[in-house]
Amino acid sequence: MKVIYILWLRQIKRFFRSKSRIVGSVGQPMLFLLALGYGLGSVYKRAGQGDYLHFLVPGIMIQTALFAAMFYGAMIIFDRQFGFLKETMVSPVSRLKIMIGGALGGATTATLQGILVLVVSYALGFRASHFLMVFVAIFIMLILSLAVASFSSGIGSFVEDMQGFQSINQFLVFPLYFLSGALYPLNNVPTWLRIIAEINPISYTVDFMRWALIGQTKFGITKDLVVLLITLVVCVLFGAYRFKKVQA
Amino acid sequence: MIEVNDLVKRFNKFTAVDHISFDVKEGERFALLGPNGAGKSTTIKMLTTLLEPSEGQLFLNGYNVVKEKDQARKSFGIVFQDPSLDNDMTAWENMQLHAILYGVNTSKLKKRSKELLELVELWNRKDSLVKTFSGGMKRRLEIARGLIHEPKILFLDEPTVGLDAQTRSLLWNYVDNLSKVKKMTIFFTTHYLEEAENNADKIAIIDHGKIIQIGSPKDLMKLTKTKTLEKAYLKLTGESIRDEKVDPHEAWRSRVRARNMR
Repeated sequence: MKVIYILWLRQIKRFFRSKSRIVGSVGQPMLFLLALGYGLGSVYKRAGQGDYLHFLVPGIMIQTALFAAMFYGAMIIFDRQFGFLKETMVSPVSRLKIMIGGALGGATTATLQGILVLVVSYALGFRASHFLMVFVAIFIMLILSLAVASFSSGIGSFVEDMQGFQSINQFLVFPLYFLSGALYPLNNVPTWLRIIAEINPISYTVDFMRWALIGQTKFGITKDLVVLLITLVVCVLFGAYRFKKVQA
Repeated sequence: MIEVNDLVKRFNKFTAVDHISFDVKEGERFALLGPNGAGKSTTIKMLTTLLEPSEGQLFLNGYNVVKEKDQARKSFGIVFQDPSLDNDMTAWENMQLHAILYGVNTSKLKKRSKELLELVELWNRKDSLVKTFSGGMKRRLEIARGLIHEPKILFLDEPTVGLDAQTRSLLWNYVDNLSKVKKMTIFFTTHYLEEAENNADKIAIIDHGKIIQIGSPKDLMKLTKTKTLEKAYLKLTGESIRDEKVDPHEAWRSRVRARNMR
């Protein structure tokens, strides 16, 4: 446990020491919140859908956690390039513990960034349906972040450079996010988009988050929870399998 | 303390290390020398569990490096050719992280960290971020870190690259002390032949993946009828320049190192 703790702590310390990372992590979600929230808010309201900001905030929080947790894979590439990965690879510690410790750290920092976005959203006028449900939202972000950080550690284990990693990010994570219903309701979308959304695990996480924060759900929370947990198990197994083969 | 029997490493059809054997006794200072691409790094990677051998056997402190990885790993400390510290953490935090990875208990961790940081004259900088350190300070910290779990063997992979004469001298003094006082076995690679001549008890010269000669610096000079180790080395390996196949991470690290030294 001590090994997992120290590797988790390393990620936390690195995060708080990088002010630009903290500012940057909130910058992009804020842009989405302000540009989309205020830009499309009136159209959304005219269509009889209610307050767009309230609809959007859960999706933006998932976006923040998703992209921040994905960044953990980039940290593995940096660790390999700066030589630190060698230090951990020659130590008498199982690679699973190394992967889990780092992924938990990545998941915690991603969740913190999501919380930061929630705080700013409150300043913009957002209110959760019940204050205590904010803790459920944090739990959802933490589980999603752990799944994504584990997945990204698997990707970071075999991708050799940042360009390759960013390409995977753009071709895999961006579509998963944009086709999840995070930015628009899935009620009246074309059939092809609905089918993609229904096989996309991020759709269920967004739905779960929306239930926690504004009490709306499309798939039902049982299905949302089951999909989220299955995603976690699959991602951790993938990350552990790939990380076992990592070359320093 | 180190036993290598008929070791082979193949990468597809290319044989990087070709049936090499040698042994290093407790407290001995052993240098592995060879031109670029001769098989030094591959050998050190196999010895330190970063690469699995294709054939042959390796023992560190009596432990089979392939079958008893964790025991073998606890037996050695290593200073890599390129820095392997976390630059965004302090010297103390780097020591702490390493100690926990090696299962050093908390009270011992504090005592050993203090002793070692004092030994490498970094105690007053223990709370500074490593990114504020010079190349020499980082190298000293890496040595201190590599010793915190009291290893029996210390691997030094080109430990003096990019260091000034003062730091090099200081570093070899530490190493000499570790070998003589603590009876620690030292295994190092270097391209600075005068360092090998002055600091190694035994030298193996490797070329094209094979060990072409082993002996003390004096033995090698006597054998080749030369007066310096450099001349003996050139006589044994020839004077043609070798091109090394560099992996992309090494190339990237070299670029970073060159930029940092500017």
